[in-house]
Amino acid sequence: MIQLHSNWRGAYTLFKKELLRFWRVAFQTIASPVLTALLYLLIFSHVLSGHVKVYEEVAYTAFLIPGLIMMSILQNAFANSSSSLIQSKVMGNIVFILLTPLTHLQLFLAFLAASMIRGLMVGIVIYVVALFFVDLPVANGAWILTFAFLGSALLGTFGIIAGIWAEKFDQMAAFQNFVIMPLTFLSGVFYSIHSLPQFWQTLSHFNPFFYMIDGFRYGFFGKGDVSPWFSLTVVVGFLLALAWGCLKMLESGYKLRT
Amino acid sequence: MSSSVVKINGIHKHFGGLHALKGIDLTIEQGEFFGLLGPNGAGKSTLINILAGLTKPTSGRVSVMGFDVDQQYQQARKLLGVVPQELVFDPFFNVREMLRFQAGYFGRGRENDAWVDEILEGLGLTEKAHTNMRRLSGGMKRRALIAQALAHRPPVIVLDEPTAGVDVELRQMLWEFIKRLNREGHTIILTTHYLEEAETLCRRVAMMKQGEIVALDSTVNMLNQFSGKNLVLKLSGAPLPSGLEQLLKSKEDQTYTLALSDLDQMEGVLSTLRLENVKVEDIQLKEADLEDVFLSLVGSSALKSEMGDVA
Repeated sequence: MIQLHSNWRGAYTLFKKELLRFWRVAFQTIASPVLTALLYLLIFSHVLSGHVKVYEEVAYTAFLIPGLIMMSILQNAFANSSSSLIQSKVMGNIVFILLTPLTHLQLFLAFLAASMIRGLMVGIVIYVVALFFVDLPVANGAWILTFAFLGSALLGTFGIIAGIWAEKFDQMAAFQNFVIMPLTFLSGVFYSIHSLPQFWQTLSHFNPFFYMIDGFRYGFFGKGDVSPWFSLTVVVGFLLALAWGCLKMLESGYKLRT
Repeated sequence: MSSSVVKINGIHKHFGGLHALKGIDLTIEQGEFFGLLGPNGAGKSTLINILAGLTKPTSGRVSVMGFDVDQQYQQARKLLGVVPQELVFDPFFNVREMLRFQAGYFGRGRENDAWVDEILEGLGLTEKAHTNMRRLSGGMKRRALIAQALAHRPPVIVLDEPTAGVDVELRQMLWEFIKRLNREGHTIILTTHYLEEAETLCRRVAMMKQGEIVALDSTVNMLNQFSGKNLVLKLSGAPLPSGLEQLLKSKEDQTYTLALSDLDQMEGVLSTLRLENVKVEDIQLKEADLEDVFLSLVGSSALKSEMGDVA
């Protein structure tokens, strides 16, 4: 059973520790993904600009930026919780967390909040830097913020699950390369799924990453492959399902307590 | 009114086909310095991990000051400070930061800083307070590990093999600090396979073997049961006369340790050596220690019923 208890100072401490953990290595956790996203932007916009037009009156470079921002938010939110947990498990210092009176919900929220902040920080920096190069419209800021928050929360949760599940770094790498990467790249970061053959279009509709990116992009251009309300429903549904599974894992002590 | 701080009732633990704990019953009182002894694989760490909530028992119940470690884990864990056996650390932070975090997880804030300073001082870590955990020597890491367990000022302190691989000087220093905490009212539960350490420090000990407690009594009572002494003989060249082999406890090169049930046996040993013309280079008479008690007990399960299970 999930227990709400008054030790919120404990949960805040864990959140603060998780924030400091990535902030101490900000060059690797913030600067590096920003640079990667900007390189994608540089190369793809150079190669494809003028050849690909997804929406009328939207330059390909402008189309690309929301996708890259969201991709970076998702990847970094996932990386934060998953790498923190796997490192602590391999080093053995996870014991310092397991010995505390923090509840399953408090553990979950502390790791989740820190992951969301890292993902959103990376996203904000990419957005600000991109503004120097491209004129990016904002059709509906509420959708942008909603999908940024939900996307970072969904992947932060996914990261906690992966961090609990993996026992070795190579298992985590496999999870990242065989699950997260394909789902990210096949979600419409670089294209509209309407440009895909029918089979891949249908398949994309089963990819939750597609809805996060499409909803996020809708906030900028007021256009998307599907309705933002539908995307919101799908993303919230996935988030609730993953959060429930994650809390169950923490409650049962799966792979954390013998 | 009962002053029990830890109550362990009927704990069983299976790891697959391995029956690691076979119905452990144990009660530890307020202010005790309690030793949990046994060879590797006896189940000491499993029992400690169950107490700390790191391992779930297959059956049975454990409570700390009346709080069930499973159902009321929040209250139970606040009362416990556990020093893990492995030398683990968080490489991102310095010693003081780690102690503040550790106290914070238990709901303690800046008001706890004076206590953190006291721990740093008591464990000789003050000068290393701002050193990253990664840069500490093995001995310093061990001290920091103990400091982390104490950061939230728990009334019950559990140390799982805290002096494994620690040099003599540091060991003495750690024990002085732990003894001080015990004098101040903290209950100490210690697992060790250094029996000398347990003999000096613990007022009561439980001896474990293959998942069972084979003896549980005060250290003094355990030693008193063994009125015998050890006679250590260093012989020059000749082997131990066959008539004395029944007393032989251990042998290392030409040094033989004989277990005497009473002092009268000594005259017989010396006369046998004289008759056989065996030259004695050195001779020492030693009191029986916990090791003798331990060897005797773990070798004979029949003694278990004699010692009784005090729960």
